[in-house]
Amino acid sequence: MTRKGILGTKVGMTQIFTDKGELIPVTVVQAEPNVVLQVKNNESDGYEAVQVGLQDMREVLANKPAKGHVAKAKTAPKRFIREFRDVDLGDIKVGDEIKVDTFKAGEIVDVTGTTKGHGFQGAIKKNNQHRGPMGHGSRYHRRPGSLGSIINRVFAGRKLPGRMGNNRVTIQNLEVVRVDTDRNVILIKGNVPGAKKSLVTIKNAVKAAK
Amino acid sequence: MNPLIAEITKEQLRTDIPAFRAGDTVRVHARIVEGERERIQIFEGVVIKRRGAGISATYTVRKITNGVGVERTFPLHSPRVAKIDVIRHGKVRRAKLYYLRNLHGKAARIKETKR
Repeated sequence: MTRKGILGTKVGMTQIFTDKGELIPVTVVQAEPNVVLQVKNNESDGYEAVQVGLQDMREVLANKPAKGHVAKAKTAPKRFIREFRDVDLGDIKVGDEIKVDTFKAGEIVDVTGTTKGHGFQGAIKKNNQHRGPMGHGSRYHRRPGSLGSIINRVFAGRKLPGRMGNNRVTIQNLEVVRVDTDRNVILIKGNVPGAKKSLVTIKNAVKAAK
Repeated sequence: MNPLIAEITKEQLRTDIPAFRAGDTVRVHARIVEGERERIQIFEGVVIKRRGAGISATYTVRKITNGVGVERTFPLHSPRVAKIDVIRHGKVRRAKLYYLRNLHGKAARIKETKR
């Protein structure tokens, strides 16, 4: 299956009325034209992919290798550089632009982002566990519970308190509600992982039933 | 609000909404779609709250039908509302009139005011 994708930044959420008058929640993703920085092929790289960049950086922030890399595409240094695999490489050249019109309204997409970091959290918030009774001298309130059989170690994968969030997460099968080519904006139904201004990757869905 | 989001939602905002607040009595002409046919259903009652800003703003109208209190929340900018008539301006001292839920009959009246 050939795939297609675009990089964007999350702007925030809002609501939109459909033609039928239903109010649906949407996430606004701004995707300025992505510049193709490199086309990887089997001969030189061992795999096929297209490398794209998003968001210009100030010249002083980029180092020499980064500047040299983007010079081949005759563009400014990019803040985010990612690759898309399984793309139809047919007539993609270095320096091409991938715009929001890659997608159209009604299409089903998968969206990848990095979730908000929540810091060190307990078992209840992090793993959706339940707390013990607060009263009747229970002395068992928000602890993680039993750690398993007594074998002088804890089994790997046990759900325990720890760092929560800041994970790479893909949400599958979201619907594209609207594509605004003038403002380079894609509206996606529902929520998308990450904080505002964070990078999100939109690809056509792997599992979507047509 | 983010200026980009404001711009995206601007075209869906309605400009024909009359000014009304909590305590006012309004007549909401709601469009009901039944299969192919479309008809207007009127919902008349007291606005007990307004909330939100921009496109997500809503208002709740409360009325008494057959002795039962009925509340309906409409999105302010919904295209399914044909028209809102403000029938009377009420004098109230709160923005959210949840206390009306515990009152009925004479006690649930709201004084009229000129605005």
